[in-house]
Amino acid sequence: MMKRDECFRVLARHLTDEAVVATYSSAVEWVEIAPRVLNYTSIGAMGLDSSHGLGLALGRPDKRVVVLQGDGSLLMNLGSLVTIAAVAPKNLVHLVAQNETYEANGGHPIPSPKVDFAGMARAAGYAAVYEFSDLGVFTQQVAHVLEQNGPVFATLHIEPSKPLTYDYPSLYDPAKRKAFKAAWQARS
Amino acid sequence: MDTPGGSASATSGALDGGGIIAAIKASGIEYVLSVPDIVTSSGLLRPIADDRELRLIRVCKEDECIGIASGLSYCDKRALILIQHTGFLDSINAIRGIAVEYKQPICMMVGLLQHDPELAPRISPRYGVRIMEPILDDMGIAHHLISVDADVAKIQPAIEKAYAASEPVAFLIGRSPT
Repeated sequence: MMKRDECFRVLARHLTDEAVVATYSSAVEWVEIAPRVLNYTSIGAMGLDSSHGLGLALGRPDKRVVVLQGDGSLLMNLGSLVTIAAVAPKNLVHLVAQNETYEANGGHPIPSPKVDFAGMARAAGYAAVYEFSDLGVFTQQVAHVLEQNGPVFATLHIEPSKPLTYDYPSLYDPAKRKAFKAAWQARS
Repeated sequence: MDTPGGSASATSGALDGGGIIAAIKASGIEYVLSVPDIVTSSGLLRPIADDRELRLIRVCKEDECIGIASGLSYCDKRALILIQHTGFLDSINAIRGIAVEYKQPICMMVGLLQHDPELAPRISPRYGVRIMEPILDDMGIAHHLISVDADVAKIQPAIEKAYAASEPVAFLIGRSPT
């Protein structure tokens, strides 16, 4: 079992001009580890992270989009696995942090802690599917994962994190959305 | 927004799907995001699926459309969401968050299932249809009833306005286009 912030620190070392879509606990930890203009944290409704990511990937096929989604969020939008696999954007990497809880809503368990997200993504038709529960293995393979033609999916089996402070006004700051849009469109 | 009681739409007439599709294209729409709706199935969705100038993205559930359209808007790509009013109702939280609170140019074309085109939606005997315009009003979303060919002229200016002002708009399809 890994810690999400440790995974994200490893991931951050491999990203440059990708858009990163993140929400709730993943967003809180990601923006602390990697504060960057190309972070997209205004999701608007739980579960839609993967759909926002698909839109960004379709609109900029020349750039890579990384979605950092929680297991509770994906459960609210499981159909997006099928939609994404059917559209098949080569530039979309979909990482799901599975800690088996609704961490941002009190740490209650998801309906089934043993749900096989990687199996679902594989069955939906993702081009490449991975599953990690060891930080050393993830560290060794993350570059390979990011280089694959998408849509790429990976489950990160993580522990529930320490209590987090959810600064939603900052995550949903309209100025950050505006800055993201300018930066995302400016990239050649 | 249309006035209560409707527009030219409350009169007898026909609705040409080809005219609607032409208006969609003239508005710069590149992507159509859809869950099938029986009102617009034959007259809009099927011809759109065959149209090489529009890219149809078939989704599993209507709220996905709101996220996808938002992502596309950050790329300056225009999208139209083609769904049934039941799907709109199911997606209200996403519309609330993304379209209204984030002020994103989410353009929705919504078929009114089992609506009598001779009636204004507000007086429909169908509860789900009857509440559509009041909900849009309460959410502050501009909306236009499209029930006869004369209504089609509303589409392009409304989409242009939505993107210029970064705000949502809804077109309520009150009759099956042919």
